[in-house]
Amino acid sequence: MTVSLRGFRNLLGALAIGAATVLGTAPAQAAGEAIALPDTRFSFAGFFGTYDRGSLQRGFQVYKEVCAACHAMRQLSYRNLLEIGLSEAQVRAIAASFQVVDGPNDQGEMFERPARLSDRFRRPFPNEAAARAANNGAYPPDLSVMTKARHNGAVYVHALLTGYQDPPAGFTLMDGMNYNAYFPGHQIAMPNVLNPGQVEYADRTESTVDQMARDVTTFLAWAAEPEAEQRRAMGIRIILFLIILGGLTYAVKRKVWADVKH
Amino acid sequence: MAETMAPATAPHGAPHGADGSGETRRDFLKLTTGAFAAVGVGVVVWPFIHSMNPARDVLALSSTEVDLAPIAAGQAVTVMWRGKPVFVRNRPPEEVQAARATPLSELKDPQPDQARVQRDQWLVVLGVCTHLGCVPLGQKSSDPKGDYNGWFCPCHGSHYDTSGRIRRGPAPLNLAVPEYTFTSPTQIRIG
Amino acid sequence: MAIGLHDSTFTNPVIRWIDQRMPVFTMMQKEYGTFPTPRNFNYFWNFGALAMVTLMIMIATGIFLAMNYTPHTAYAFDSVERIMRDVNYGWLIRYVHMNGASMFFIVVYIHIWRGLYYGSYKAPRELLWILGVVIFLLMMATAFMGYVLPWGQMSFWGATVITNLFSAFPIVGEHIVTWLWGGFSVDNPTLNRFFSLHYLMPFVIAGVVFLHVAALHITGSNNPLGIDPKGPQDTLPFHPYYTVKDSVGLVVYFIVFAALVFFAPNYLGHPDNYIPANPLVTPAHIVPEWYFLPFYAILRAVPDKLGGVLLMFGSIAVLFILPWLDTSPVRSMRFRPIAKWALFAWLIAFFALMWAGGKPAEQPYVLISQIATAYYFAYFLIILPLLGRLERPLSLPESIALPVLRGGGPLPAGAVAKPMEKA
Repeated sequence: MTVSLRGFRNLLGALAIGAATVLGTAPAQAAGEAIALPDTRFSFAGFFGTYDRGSLQRGFQVYKEVCAACHAMRQLSYRNLLEIGLSEAQVRAIAASFQVVDGPNDQGEMFERPARLSDRFRRPFPNEAAARAANNGAYPPDLSVMTKARHNGAVYVHALLTGYQDPPAGFTLMDGMNYNAYFPGHQIAMPNVLNPGQVEYADRTESTVDQMARDVTTFLAWAAEPEAEQRRAMGIRIILFLIILGGLTYAVKRKVWADVKH
Repeated sequence: MAETMAPATAPHGAPHGADGSGETRRDFLKLTTGAFAAVGVGVVVWPFIHSMNPARDVLALSSTEVDLAPIAAGQAVTVMWRGKPVFVRNRPPEEVQAARATPLSELKDPQPDQARVQRDQWLVVLGVCTHLGCVPLGQKSSDPKGDYNGWFCPCHGSHYDTSGRIRRGPAPLNLAVPEYTFTSPTQIRIG
Repeated sequence: MAIGLHDSTFTNPVIRWIDQRMPVFTMMQKEYGTFPTPRNFNYFWNFGALAMVTLMIMIATGIFLAMNYTPHTAYAFDSVERIMRDVNYGWLIRYVHMNGASMFFIVVYIHIWRGLYYGSYKAPRELLWILGVVIFLLMMATAFMGYVLPWGQMSFWGATVITNLFSAFPIVGEHIVTWLWGGFSVDNPTLNRFFSLHYLMPFVIAGVVFLHVAALHITGSNNPLGIDPKGPQDTLPFHPYYTVKDSVGLVVYFIVFAALVFFAPNYLGHPDNYIPANPLVTPAHIVPEWYFLPFYAILRAVPDKLGGVLLMFGSIAVLFILPWLDTSPVRSMRFRPIAKWALFAWLIAFFALMWAGGKPAEQPYVLISQIATAYYFAYFLIILPLLGRLERPLSLPESIALPVLRGGGPLPAGAVAKPMEKA
């Protein structure tokens, strides 16, 4: 047995060095200036995390009433809202409240009609140039996979939304820019959009800035990784299965090798 | 098989219990492990197979809503549903009359008109000839409508009546009626 | 026995009938059943099999991804998101493919390390080693083109930077780059051809893997002692001894793989690749995937453009001539007291390069890269050739199955039959 153990030790050593290097590397890729983010715990964090359905629905409300004025979520369709616990009638009503472009009709013209479940979320601007023109040259990014597209994902998004402050003394803010404690470089084109009581939650949760930021971040995290709950549940089952299979295989290996003197 | 291939040096000392119980234990263990591994492989295959089934965006488009209000009597529209044309026809009373007056004995695929419509004036059928899948003519006023004033398939000359039933030609069955519901008096959802 | 039929030993009539006409079963039996394999493998010898399995996983998941992927700049990003959201188990297949690339490199790097440590590249296995380096090169090209396909920011800018490497070559450089792009920048023609080649290359890899295995089965496997088996007492039939041992390693490997796929699927990726490609905005820090970082660091260690490119290619090219650079007749580093530590230092240099490659191109990272690069090459080009002459290797055991007497006098009598522990 010692032979294999020795090999195993070498192997583990090599893996440990490799892992240490990679672990050290990944955060380092952020490079630039590292800004410490406030430690926010979300319901969906960790191995067993799930999305809080109430928070998801409130978060969608914040997106719909605040963010959607400038930010598209082109990867999402209204039908996806069925997954955050809204009923089909509710989602149909939400969809129907938006006009989307369809066509061409028999006259060859595009026309507007109320959105259906299968339609994608309506975009606030038809294209990037229009978005820039309406926003002082800045492009409000698509939010579909936002929490996957930034280092520290949801924690960063939440920090950004709550990070608007007066610039410290001596900080020169460019024209039309806003000071944000957590944005790289601290100058962000997006103004502070969340004010206390900005939205009136259907479930009467008090809409503090932190609450709204937390809810909309939860919604964005779900939008970016709608498979996360299924993925983790499946992962636990598969890894348990593999551990049992590994034990059995190792037992077979011991048996097979039992008659080899070594 | 494994045992027969053991090398010359392997049997140093007694490999198994003297009573031979080691042999059965090993076989049982191997079988269990093999069964476990087989289950694992089976489970892995499913996601691949299922990935070829219709995706969720495809399923979301599996129902189509049709606004009936703009379709005047005697007119028809063609809508796409699941990649196939659906004929929606607003039948004037004489067409309904003609369809209902036909005795079932004259039909190749006997079906009363009442069984093919939910509301007398609205006929909703799949615009796919039951012969070999061509799209029959008859939707536009300029189209030939065949000998029974319904639809005519130009591929092999099948004639359909005002209820979309096969009357003459090689097609074996009536034009299929898709599943649909009236969501309001002027709107249907197909699928 | 009819003339022209193979003399089959199988008794099952169906198998026998086929085997007589096309002796695949005899071949399998010979190469994977009774194949004499050194009896003293450690778990490092799992990684060839793991790499083979990973290649099959990558091909299988890749084929199913291609059924839903659209190689067009306007649709690529969205088609990947559609796979993640709408295709049944699409997220699973894509995450396995994406993390499979990382797992493949982890496995292959350990496999290469095994070769370096136990001298598997030495005669008579030079061609086996060279074929392995060819596989490694093909893997790098495949991984690079695959990373372009999701058409995120890192896809686009990674493709731009790496293809621009070729512009360093004088005179023909610009033409090569234009030819690679099929235009004047990385654009739709580039994406389209990368998809085509990314689909093709794994099958080329599979072909070279076949040659790699074929070469292995001529020379036979190396082993931790680096000495040749002297007879049947030194070997075991591949089945069941190593099939079961490889299976143990495989299950452990799957556990690590699953942990990554199900609980940290984006850990090894870069968030910028979830931003759709934008030719007008360069990300603040362009970094390749982790498995390219050592070579990226070598590239950046040299202030000269052409020099950096040549050195980077040289870092792989040097592996091709390694069998002739290492002049020591002793294979296993277990018996090379100095070279062993020189090799461990090389490993540290490799990891230092990997670490520095992920940092911005500024001090002290550039200096660290330069020192590590210098040592990377010095190990192959200076240390190994010299040590072959200067180093006094420890005495080799007489055979794999016989006791090794080293250091502490004769072994107790009872240990005679278990020689390997003290090796």
